[in-house]
Amino acid sequence: MKVNNVILQFTTKIVFFIIFFFAVHIFFAGHYTPGGGFVGGLVTASAIVLLLVAFDLKTVRSLLPINYIYMVAIGLLIALGTAAIAMFLDEPFFTHFFDYFYLPLFGKTSLHTAALFDFGVYLVVVGVTMTIIQTIGEDE
Amino acid sequence: MINFLLLPIIIPFFFGMILMFNQKSIKYQRITTLFGLLLAILSAFGLLINVYKNGPQTLTLGDWPAPFGISMVSDMVSVLLVLTTLVLAFFIVWYGFESINKKREQFFYYSGVMFIVTGVNGAFTTGDIFNLFVFFEVLLMASYLLIVLGGEKAQLRESIKYILVNVISSALFVITVAYLYSVIGTLNMADISVKIAEFNQPGIITVIAVLFLLVFGMKAAIFPLYFWLPGAYAAPPIPVLALFGALLTKVGIYAIMRTYTLFFTHDIAFTHDLLLILAVMTVIAGGIGALAHFDVKQIIIYNIVIAVGVILFGVAQMNEAALEGAMLYLVHDMIIKAALFMLIGIVIYITGTSNLRKMGGLMKHYPALGWFFFIAALGLTGVPPLSGFIGKLLIIQGGFEAGNIWTSIFILASSLVVLLSVIRIFIYAFWGEQGQLSSDINKTTYNRLFFPTILLVLVSVAYGVGTEFILPFMDEAAKVLSDPSIYTDAVLKGGE
Repeated sequence: MKVNNVILQFTTKIVFFIIFFFAVHIFFAGHYTPGGGFVGGLVTASAIVLLLVAFDLKTVRSLLPINYIYMVAIGLLIALGTAAIAMFLDEPFFTHFFDYFYLPLFGKTSLHTAALFDFGVYLVVVGVTMTIIQTIGEDE
Repeated sequence: MINFLLLPIIIPFFFGMILMFNQKSIKYQRITTLFGLLLAILSAFGLLINVYKNGPQTLTLGDWPAPFGISMVSDMVSVLLVLTTLVLAFFIVWYGFESINKKREQFFYYSGVMFIVTGVNGAFTTGDIFNLFVFFEVLLMASYLLIVLGGEKAQLRESIKYILVNVISSALFVITVAYLYSVIGTLNMADISVKIAEFNQPGIITVIAVLFLLVFGMKAAIFPLYFWLPGAYAAPPIPVLALFGALLTKVGIYAIMRTYTLFFTHDIAFTHDLLLILAVMTVIAGGIGALAHFDVKQIIIYNIVIAVGVILFGVAQMNEAALEGAMLYLVHDMIIKAALFMLIGIVIYITGTSNLRKMGGLMKHYPALGWFFFIAALGLTGVPPLSGFIGKLLIIQGGFEAGNIWTSIFILASSLVVLLSVIRIFIYAFWGEQGQLSSDINKTTYNRLFFPTILLVLVSVAYGVGTEFILPFMDEAAKVLSDPSIYTDAVLKGGE
């Protein structure tokens, strides 16, 4: 018997974006308030999991054709690369740099390389969570 | 370049990530792995020279002042172990080309190897007790992958036990660090050492010392805590077994060595006597196991336990001779265990069984294999020109100097048990009537397995014959171990 999931699928389409933007907010808020790459990544992954619940593995894979294992590797590379910037400037590994910039829309903003590192963490967390859930879900 | 001491950690880590791409192309995987390890060996060798010339190298990550950031310390002890680790990983990976199967190679086997090397090197290099925990987890996670990869029944069964034991010991590690932190208030190893010296080691610190012994003893497989090792190590394929046997327990030994020479040096009468008793018991337990089994894998695995006991016996003496002996024996043991596992891997490949009773007469068709096994067996026992001799000699000398006459003689006598256990393999497998042979022996496969193996045996012979060249490095290492102020000054005062 085929169950009709109209309400679930319709709500998911809206709620997915709310969750995703909340995740982005948490990610960027991490430096001054609770949050950061890890929680941001988990919330993003939970948004994708909601898609998986409402639709199925195949549909979600065609929506988001991402190889999550590569995502983990790229996240790790970004994290290592951020830490290694200092190496090329002859500073100790993992030294972070920051400065204030005037961006068009935001005005005076502090940009910090720690955010790049956090982005690496974010990608790894999303990648790992999705790999675990997908491989278990695919298993017959 | 001030970050030089990090290269042996970062290079394998970087290549581990690179290897996560393009996993179906075996050629790419193999070449990248070997290239990465070669690069790391070069950097570790440069670091060895640097440490020898300029003393311990330290770096506190992120440009923070010393006790507040994570310090990485490369003294002679750690750099020697790092170099050995990388060289062994290189040979084992090379050996694995023929003996690990394609399915495994295509499923992150090489990434696992690289991450395990990252974890081991990081654990050897770090100067922060919690960072040590993190690197332990890095190497354990990678080892969980390698032990279960392939999914055979035995692997699944043993990996559950292995993971369970290690999860418990890791939890204990965290609890112990929490205790230490609540008493001392710092995580930097040099700082901990200085502060414990100021307190003059009250009772609670001795309790923490015993807890550390419990934690690291579980990883290093000392006497009452070695129960998980024989089963878990027998399950994975030979290259993985060689990697584990050569590296993993040694990280536990290194951690005991470090904590017991750097932190807990003020109540030696209790802590080091306990270590001494446990070391002797470990040798007994390992000896019984090595003689009891008729399975080649198990015999060598129990020899790991014996060696752990011998090295820790050296650490327990707390004088320079014994510590130098422990360092020499540790490096020797890493090399020779890898070589022996590779050799018995070939024997198992030829005969198709690991049961000694079914083997026999290999000497007729494989004389080279036989003689190299014989050399490795004598090296393991410690026959004079070979690699195990000087280390054990110094350990015994240290034991006599510390006044532990009977236990030293016992350790000396235990060499006979080691000799008997490995010579039994030689006699059963190589002499006598022709035993069972595997149905499909491929000559090129055999040669490709054989080549890295004999090179490694030759490395161990060179290590024994050329001890004269290695001794200055070992002297330096023993000095750092017997005098914690060298270490603490290097970290807290920025060297010299």
